[in-house]
Amino acid sequence: MTRVWSWVALAVGVVYFALPLIGTVEFSLRKRRGEYSLDAYREVLGDPRFQETFAYSVVMALVTIAFGILLVVPTAYWVRLKLPRLRPVVEFITLLPLVIPAIVIVFGYIRLFNTSSILPLTGSARGTDLLLMFGYATLALPYMYRAVDTGLRTIDVATLTEAAQSLGAGWVTILGRLILPNVLVAVLSGAFLTFAIVIGEFTMAALLNRPAFGPYMQLLGANKAYEPAALAVIAFAITWACMGLIQLATRLQRHTRAQRR
Amino acid sequence: MPFLDLVSLQKSFGQLRVVKDFSLGIEKGEFISLLGPSGCGKTTVLRMVAGFETPSAGTIRIDGRDVTGLRPNQRNIGMVFQAYALFPNLTVAENVAFGLKVKGADRAEREARVAEMLRLIGLPDLGGRYPFQLSGGQQQRVALARALAPKPRVLLLDEPLSALDAKVRVSLRNQIREIQRDLGITTIFVTHDQEEALSISDRVVVMNGGIAEQAGAPFEIYNRPATRFVAEFVGTLNLLPAEVEDAAAGRVTVAGAPVALGRPVPPGRVTLALRPEAIHLGPVGDGAAALPGRIDDVHFLGSVIRIQASVGDRRILLDTFNRPGLPPPSPGTETRFSFNPADVLVLEG
Repeated sequence: MTRVWSWVALAVGVVYFALPLIGTVEFSLRKRRGEYSLDAYREVLGDPRFQETFAYSVVMALVTIAFGILLVVPTAYWVRLKLPRLRPVVEFITLLPLVIPAIVIVFGYIRLFNTSSILPLTGSARGTDLLLMFGYATLALPYMYRAVDTGLRTIDVATLTEAAQSLGAGWVTILGRLILPNVLVAVLSGAFLTFAIVIGEFTMAALLNRPAFGPYMQLLGANKAYEPAALAVIAFAITWACMGLIQLATRLQRHTRAQRR
Repeated sequence: MPFLDLVSLQKSFGQLRVVKDFSLGIEKGEFISLLGPSGCGKTTVLRMVAGFETPSAGTIRIDGRDVTGLRPNQRNIGMVFQAYALFPNLTVAENVAFGLKVKGADRAEREARVAEMLRLIGLPDLGGRYPFQLSGGQQQRVALARALAPKPRVLLLDEPLSALDAKVRVSLRNQIREIQRDLGITTIFVTHDQEEALSISDRVVVMNGGIAEQAGAPFEIYNRPATRFVAEFVGTLNLLPAEVEDAAAGRVTVAGAPVALGRPVPPGRVTLALRPEAIHLGPVGDGAAALPGRIDDVHFLGSVIRIQASVGDRRILLDTFNRPGLPPPSPGTETRFSFNPADVLVLEG
């Protein structure tokens, strides 16, 4: 009996997740009357605004990932090594972006960094990009911190650090050559999640008036019928590709690959 | 001046004084063991030498130079940890080469040194493996090679054998000692295993409550313990309460039987301490003291026979060698246990 309910639960789950997706794919192929075609995809991919906004968001995602790694890996490492008592506090802080809406954060930014403030970041395109990147990093913080912290939990950070120190290594060497490679899979998980968040983010980019992919999707959705569905499928494909890359990276790491056998 | 000089080291964690006043001079090439129960401060002393803990007071000098304020990566001290601490993302060869790479050694030098170290530890063909592909004993040997590769001035071993099984532990401790002798490197070995400490050390420092109770050669520590703690902690000890009859002449009574120690003892009550191997069954010639007692149990251990017996209301243990022509005594036998008064340690109280 339990087995039957397990199958029912699985079936409900599959229907819940797969049905909307199948419907979206099917709808995105119906642009040409009476037959299935890839016209909607052709139109979307050929749209220069798609290319511009997507390229902009990819660059922003990469910069955000780099900033996130530089911020989170040393912080999580230091908290584990030297300030273990502060872990609950830091974890709480990293969770705040989940309970504070993006719109509140971005209004806070605009108020603090507007053109009449001491640091008028919104006064220039580059300054606003920087602000947007900080915003993205904040939104991705819960995922990045948790991923890295989980990775750090799998290694004996304190002893490995002391072993490296006794061999003459400084902090940069320890972080770059020992800690980071050992939590690389976790970092990549955080990085790909960050990528997925940045690619689809709308609120911050729209309110800071930057040419990102999220506002473009919204714009397209408001004006066209089949193209938004094609765009949604493309966005899904990107997210899944990120997930696949996480798996691939895990498998390609020699020391973890052999451990799994 | 000693090569490694620890002067009045103290360490407190909040209100807790873990190391109270620890001084020790170690000569170049000496193998010193810090022996003591858990929480006695031995690992803290080692960590202060390594630079992982800053002393609350005191000085650490290596070859005359004060290194107390130096960071761990500036001290040129090799360390082997209980949990191996090999870098999981690096191969055995890369682990061994790590310290050399940090120091800026060129590739040829690194490769030569790695090969030399792997030969030294008897694992010349395992350079390409990852740590998880090695047994515990192999991992610890690699950790030793890694610590030795950059030619450190001092080698610190923090309970390196604790995580290994008994057979590997014995062979590896002998190998560590052999390598240490070959290289002539000054070494501090922390352990709570007295057999380990006694078997491989030039000197043993017995620690208790954050101080060094006694430092000396293993023979001296075992046979001439300076304090009651050392006597009781190192080896097995039979304790027999005695009433002093004549303190100046060293005459006492144990379980109603007179014993002449032949040397002055403190007045009042004392405790006579005897190692199991210092007690014999039956008389052992002139000058030996003898106590009446009863054999309770006999354990045949092969080359040694361990006998549990009672003297008055006290239980004692004695060890005798197995002699093929002489069967072990039977439990319940009333006999006399003799010993040489010179082998008796007299403890106050």
